[in-house]
Amino acid sequence: MSRDVKIRKGANIKLLGVADKMYANPVSTSDIVLKPTDFPGLTPKLSVKIGDKVKAGSPIFYNKEDDRVLFTSPISGEVVEISRGEKRKILEVKVKSDGANTYETFKQADPNSLSREEILDNLLKSGVWPFIRQRPYDVIANPDDAPKAIHVTAIDTAPLAPDYDFVAHGQADVLQIGLDALTKLTAGKVHLNINGNANADEAFRSAKNVQINKISGPHPAGNVGIQLHHIDPVNKGEVVWTLNALDVLTIGKLFKTGQFDASRSIAIVGAKVKTPTYYKTVLGANVADILKNNIEEGGRVISGNPLSGTQIAENGHLSFYDYQLSVITEGGKNRFFGWLPFLGYNGFSLSRTSFSFLTPNKRRDLDTNMNGEERAFVMTGEYEKVFPMDIYPVHLLKSMIIKDIDLMEKLGVYEVAPEDFSVCEYGCTSKIETQKIVREALDLVRKETS
Amino acid sequence: MEALDKFMQKMKPKADGKFPLAHAIWDGTYTFLFVPGHKNHNGVHIRDSVDLKRTMIIVVKALIPCLLFGMYNVGHQHFLAIGECLASDGVCAMFWDKFIFGAIKVLPLVIVSYGAGLGVEFVFAAVNKHSIHEGFLVSGMLIPLIVPIDIPLWMVAVATIFAVVIGKEVFGGTGMNVLNVALVTRAFLFFAYPTKMSGDQVWIDTSLEEGQKLVDGFSGATPLSDAIQGGVEAIPSIMDSIIGFIPGSIGETSVIAIGLGALLLIATGIGSFRIILSMFVGGYLMGMIFNAVGGSPFLEVPAMHQLMLGGFAFGAVFMATDPVTASQTATGKIIYGVFIGFIAILIRVANPAYPEGVMLAILLGNVFAPLIDHMVVNANIKKRLKRVKTA
Repeated sequence: MSRDVKIRKGANIKLLGVADKMYANPVSTSDIVLKPTDFPGLTPKLSVKIGDKVKAGSPIFYNKEDDRVLFTSPISGEVVEISRGEKRKILEVKVKSDGANTYETFKQADPNSLSREEILDNLLKSGVWPFIRQRPYDVIANPDDAPKAIHVTAIDTAPLAPDYDFVAHGQADVLQIGLDALTKLTAGKVHLNINGNANADEAFRSAKNVQINKISGPHPAGNVGIQLHHIDPVNKGEVVWTLNALDVLTIGKLFKTGQFDASRSIAIVGAKVKTPTYYKTVLGANVADILKNNIEEGGRVISGNPLSGTQIAENGHLSFYDYQLSVITEGGKNRFFGWLPFLGYNGFSLSRTSFSFLTPNKRRDLDTNMNGEERAFVMTGEYEKVFPMDIYPVHLLKSMIIKDIDLMEKLGVYEVAPEDFSVCEYGCTSKIETQKIVREALDLVRKETS
Repeated sequence: MEALDKFMQKMKPKADGKFPLAHAIWDGTYTFLFVPGHKNHNGVHIRDSVDLKRTMIIVVKALIPCLLFGMYNVGHQHFLAIGECLASDGVCAMFWDKFIFGAIKVLPLVIVSYGAGLGVEFVFAAVNKHSIHEGFLVSGMLIPLIVPIDIPLWMVAVATIFAVVIGKEVFGGTGMNVLNVALVTRAFLFFAYPTKMSGDQVWIDTSLEEGQKLVDGFSGATPLSDAIQGGVEAIPSIMDSIIGFIPGSIGETSVIAIGLGALLLIATGIGSFRIILSMFVGGYLMGMIFNAVGGSPFLEVPAMHQLMLGGFAFGAVFMATDPVTASQTATGKIIYGVFIGFIAILIRVANPAYPEGVMLAILLGNVFAPLIDHMVVNANIKKRLKRVKTA
């Protein structure tokens, strides 16, 4: 029951600092942070105040528009800090670990024996619900929707991305439990999109009751939005739920143990990491504990990959959805005649305007310089080359810039997420902030049409 | 280079100071010398090494063979006309005399074109408080290559200023213009000063040392204007028009020099091979149609020969491919190219008033490009809607 999906457009950007496939000694995190800013369009309401004691699985905040959607603490400890920004917007809630790891208890049962409502209830109460996102808009799914399908991606093609086949190895049982829970949520199919470039891990290949699709091709082939566009596209009025396979493991553990076990394996990667490798840690962990003595001066710490991740401080915290921590060279250098074709700066280019295109497989230490200044759209065909959807990306972007919702709808706004544009943004001659434009447009359309 | 960097930083005028023009000029110079170390903050953290300066400079480099050949040919035609050398002499005869004569004639055109255009750009950058955009780097080089050698410098300046202001800046600057700036310049000259842009007196510099003109009655018309008058036998052989030792606009005569530029543009992916190729296909088709109709000697010029004449090759490689004014979709580019090629030969052969149809055809193509894209994108929208109905 497997299907091959070959994606031809796109580009792999090879960076220095790939993680060795081994686990470093685990370090327990001193504190964790939950950031409401990880969830676009969310208005959080706090359930705790400073000084409250929480267990793993105790609610920290919830969605103001739908109070069933809870965000729960991944560890047990004490709420020590709530930082706010402009207009008292909640930026971060910090929980200091008590080292004891006590858990709230939720329903522990085989999902096959539960009803859809019972499963929904368990997912919502335990705080794993936010792992389920939806297209359109790339936001947390609405539990009242009936999705036409659920897509789970088990491959990440982003630069320096963790190898899901390595991380999920040996966890076939929890994966299957998680997938069983998902199959109860939709009348349609659950698609498990596995690595078709290399041999996927047994845990993924042996999954049952799901449609397995083998995805091959360059980045952004690993983005779930690209995959579902090729397998079963979203149309206006339809909803599809999407997940990361590693988050399905967390859902599986919930049903197996009745606890919100937020532990996860992340890859520490990048040119400024001394020994890039995998770490076992927990959602929202403080990265200072992990990076201690392992990074060089002059790096930028990014939660996520260098194309769509978020910059964090050296003592910042992992974001909710991220399984990757990248530390890459910080830029800021003025380059003398750096624009000269073939002679100037020879960083990796998707165009053929520097010699770097001859060695696409060489791993490079790219810094965070813009390598130019922002301009209007001039070059054409650049985005189309790396945007593997049957959508005209530049026309869609222009409709987003002028905020024409009707036009966006026609051009395919319901199918895209900011991350799908990340390679376009990388290769853009005019240095346009594509992902930001897409995110703002998605928020606008969501607000106007709901 | 750090010393230079520091020196430049020290001189930096304030962006919102008393002299916005000074800041615009400083900024233009500084970003020319150094790619500033601006860092990414939103979205991607790493960026491609390509930027608009790099892209534009590749086009300027691609124009260099045409420029150098043009200089030589200007000298060659001059000495041929005043009878100091013969067409049967080898290329090397009086090589440096010809080249230096041509350079002295052509360089002022280049300087005036860049001076006038960049001047306007700096003023607009200062008024609008943005940095200098690179679009004019290419236009400034194209303009001298598509005018006759005898054009007075002030006309070039006036036309360039008109084109940059009305053709580009009123639409919002680089990336926003509807028509190709260099072609607007040429069209302006063509309609405002027709005596200097057509006929048989302008294509060859026949001035002698004391500023006298050569005897009246010397005819140095371009092959195409000859052909229109019925003198098809005046059309150079296909070989001559490929090599390019014929009268014409400065940069357009040699298909070989244009071909070198085309190779660079296609190899780097800056110029769209779809447009170039489809424009030749369109021109060839129209040529074949005229051949089939027949009836007059000009209609019977072989289709392949038509493509090598006049500004067709130059227009296809450097003008029609301008990404801002061409169609943007892959399918659209093919339609756009065929359309221009078709119309160019149609105007050239069918309308005796405009022997050089390529300029008008590309301008017309520019105007139609958004419509072509609209149709292509609409087809995609319809396909998307159909998906819902069949599902």
